[in-house]
Amino acid sequence: MDIIINILSMTVPFSVALLLASIGEMFNQRSGVFNLGCEGVMSMGAFVGMLVPFIAGQNGALSNGWNWLGLLLAALMGAVLGLFFGVIVVTFRAPQGIAGIGLQMFGVGTAGTLFRHFVGGTQSIPGMPNSPLPLLSKIPFIGPVFFSHNMMVYLAFLFVPVAWYILFKTSWGLRVRAVGTHPRAADSMGINVNRTRYEALALGGAMAGLAGAYLSVCQVKMFSDELIAGRGFIAVALVYFGHWHPVKIMLGALLFSFTQTIQYNVQGLGIDLPYEFFVMLPYVVVVVVLAFTSRNQTTSPTSLGKPFNREIRT
Amino acid sequence: MEHITKRFPGVLASDDISMSIEEGEILALVGENGAGKTTLMNILMGIYQQDEGRIFINDQEVRFRGPEDAFNAGLGMVHQQYMLVPNMTVTENVALGYKQAWKPLRLDLQMVRDRVLEVSSHYGLAVNPDAYIWQLSVGEQQRVELVKTLCLGARFLILDEPTSALTPQETDELIELLKRMKNELSIIFISHKLNEVKALSDKVVILRHGRVVFSGQTADYSSSEIAALMTGHEIVLPENRERSFNGEAALEIHDLKVRSDRGELALNGLSLTVHQGEIVGLAGVSGNGQRELAEAINGLRPVEEGKIEFFGVDIHNKSPYYVIDHGMGYIPEERNIEGIVPSFAVKENFILKDSDNKRFSLHRFLRRVEINRNAEDLTRKFDIRTPDTATAAGSLSGGNIQKVILAREITRAPRFLIAVYPTRGLDMGAIEFIHQELLKKRREGIGILLVSEELDEIMNLSDRIAVIYKGRIQKVLEHGKANKRNLGILMAGLEEEGE
Repeated sequence: MDIIINILSMTVPFSVALLLASIGEMFNQRSGVFNLGCEGVMSMGAFVGMLVPFIAGQNGALSNGWNWLGLLLAALMGAVLGLFFGVIVVTFRAPQGIAGIGLQMFGVGTAGTLFRHFVGGTQSIPGMPNSPLPLLSKIPFIGPVFFSHNMMVYLAFLFVPVAWYILFKTSWGLRVRAVGTHPRAADSMGINVNRTRYEALALGGAMAGLAGAYLSVCQVKMFSDELIAGRGFIAVALVYFGHWHPVKIMLGALLFSFTQTIQYNVQGLGIDLPYEFFVMLPYVVVVVVLAFTSRNQTTSPTSLGKPFNREIRT
Repeated sequence: MEHITKRFPGVLASDDISMSIEEGEILALVGENGAGKTTLMNILMGIYQQDEGRIFINDQEVRFRGPEDAFNAGLGMVHQQYMLVPNMTVTENVALGYKQAWKPLRLDLQMVRDRVLEVSSHYGLAVNPDAYIWQLSVGEQQRVELVKTLCLGARFLILDEPTSALTPQETDELIELLKRMKNELSIIFISHKLNEVKALSDKVVILRHGRVVFSGQTADYSSSEIAALMTGHEIVLPENRERSFNGEAALEIHDLKVRSDRGELALNGLSLTVHQGEIVGLAGVSGNGQRELAEAINGLRPVEEGKIEFFGVDIHNKSPYYVIDHGMGYIPEERNIEGIVPSFAVKENFILKDSDNKRFSLHRFLRRVEINRNAEDLTRKFDIRTPDTATAAGSLSGGNIQKVILAREITRAPRFLIAVYPTRGLDMGAIEFIHQELLKKRREGIGILLVSEELDEIMNLSDRIAVIYKGRIQKVLEHGKANKRNLGILMAGLEEEGE
C-alpha cells in the first residue's frame, strides 16, 4: 500500500511540467502551428525561473515571492520566444518542423551558456515549498496523492478546465479552432488568421516557459543542461495522444509520469533487469499508445503545419 | 467597380473590368469556369487585393484590406467552395462572424443559436444549428452558408453559384426568396444556369477570360443569346436517343443498409439493378444516401445488411482493390480529394490504379517511357489542357481534373462505371464532352450508374431514372416518362399525384 501511495503521490507533481507544456502546445496546434521548439522554450524558462530566486538567495533574500517572480519571468520569456517563433513561421511562413528544431537547439544552447556565465556550476535553490492543503491533505490515500504538493501543482490542474473553457466557450477559443482547421473560412469571416496564431503562440510559449521553470523551481530545484530531458518533445506527442483536448492531454501526462515514477521505484527494488529498460519504459508507452490512438479527422486541426497565405489560390 | 485588374502568377484573372449595381437590383454575373467571376467577387470582398482599379459604394471610394472591412460595409458572400469549419457546429460557424455574441469572457452561443433559428425559420431554410458541418451533405452546407450570411446582416449579397446543390423546387423557392429580398438588398448572382439568370436578374454581365464581353438588361436578350456570348460558340448537349439495349444485369443491389458518418442509416433497404449497356440516373437531393451508396459499392464504407452483386459476384464489404479488380470504374464525388492526388503529376494520376500493372512497372520499377507515352496519349485524346504531363494535377481547373479522372477510369476498360456528380461545377464545354464520353461507353455495352442533381443531365442521358429519397429508391421511371415536375415531387419525398 505504501509503495502505491508513494508512486501515485510522485506521479501527480511529476506530471505538471508535461501538463503545462502540452496544454500550451495544444493551443499552438489548435491554431495550426506546431512548435517543436517547446523543449528549447522550456529550457530557457527553467533557466530564467531558477536564476531569479538564485540571485535573490545570494543577496540574502529567501522569501517565496522570488520563486513566483521567477515563474512569472519564465512565462514572459516563453511568450517572447513564442512570438519570435511566430515571426519565423507565421509571417515568413518558414517550414514549422525545421524552424521548431532550430528553436529547440537555440533555447537549450542559450540557456546552458547563460547558466554557465551567470551561475557557473551546479547550484541548488530552496525552491517552492510544499503547501499541503488544510483538511484535504489529511484524507487517507487521497490526501498524500493529490493535496500535499506545492502551489503550482494545484494551479496547473485547475488550469485544465480553464483551458477547456477558453478553447470551447470563448470567442478567442472559437477563433483559434477556426484558424487551425479552415483558415480560409476564418479569413472570409473577417478573422485575422495570423494575429490569432501569434496570440496562440504567445500563450503556448508562456506555458512552455512556465513548465520549464516548474522543473527548476518546484520539482528539481536546480538547473542543469539535461534538466528538460526530452519533456518538450513528449509534450508535443501528448497533444496528439490527447487529440487536442485538455482533459485527454491531462490523462496522457499522468500516464507518462506514472510509468516514469514506476521506473524510479522499481529501480530501487533491485529487480534484476538492466536499468536502461526501465528508463526506456515511459517513452515506449508513449510510442505504443500513439500508434494505437485512432486518427479521427473530425476533431484534428486539419491545417496544422500549413502557413496561411490569403492570395494563394487553392 | 472600375477598371479592376488582378494578376496571378502566369494568369491575368481580371482584365480591366468595370461594372455597377443599383440598390434593390439583382445582377447576374455569368461566364464559364475560369472566366474570373469568383476572383472578381473575392476582390470585392477584400479577400484579394486588386492590382489596379477602384471600388465605390454609394459614390464613396472604399478600400477593403480584408473581409472584415467588407462586412462592415454590409457586403456578404456565399462562396462556391464552402467557407465552413468542418469540426464545428453550425452555430459555432455563425458565431465566428457574429461579433455581438463575443462577450469578454464568454461566447454567447445561445444568442447565436437563437439568431440561426430565427433566420432559418424566417426564410424557410431548414438547418440544424447543433449539427457538425462534417456531418452535413453538400446541399445542407449550402443552406448553412446562406443562413450564415443572412445572420450576419448582409445588405449586399454575393452568391457564387448558389443553386448548384438545390432541387428544382428549392431553386424556385430560392429565386422567389431572392426576389422578395431585393426590396432590402442588392444581389450579385453568379451562375451559368441561364434559366435562373433569366428568371431572376435585372441586369446581366458576361465575363470571358477575365474580360467583360457583354453587359445589359436581362429582359432584352434570350437565354440562347446569352449562352452564345458566354461560351463564344453554340453548345448542344448530347441526348440519349437510342433504344435501350437489353443487357444482362451488371449490378444488383438488394436491401442495402449502410450507416452515414453520423451513425444513422443513410441507406435503409435500398434495392436497384443496373444492366449492361444502360445508364441509370440516380436523381435526388444530395444527402439522401447517394454518397453512401457509391462508397458502399466501391468498398469504401461498411455494409450493415444486404447484398451487392456485381456480375454475379458478391462484392459487399470487400476491399476497394477487390472491387476495382472486378472491373468497377468510379468517378467520385470529391474530385480533388478522392479522384486524384493533387500534388502528383498528371501522368502519375493516370496510373494510380495500375502502378503494379506490367505495362507500367517492371520488377517494381516504374517504366517511365511507357507512363509518359500513356500520359501523352490520354491528354491528347481527352483534350486535357495542361502545360505538360508532369504538372501537378491539383493545379488544373475543375473541368480538366475531371477529364483526368474520366480518362483514367474509361481507358482501364471497366465493365461498369459509377459517376457521382460528374459535371458539378463544370462549364458547358466540359459538360458536353463528359456527356458524350458517357454515352459512348453506354454504346459499348457498359452499364453506368449516374448520380446527379442536375435534372437536365439525368433526363438527357438516362435510360431509366431512379429517384432516391432518405436512403430508399422512391420510384424508377422509364426514359420519357420523367419530367422536371414529377421528378421534383419524387425528390421531395412525396408520392406522385394522380396515379
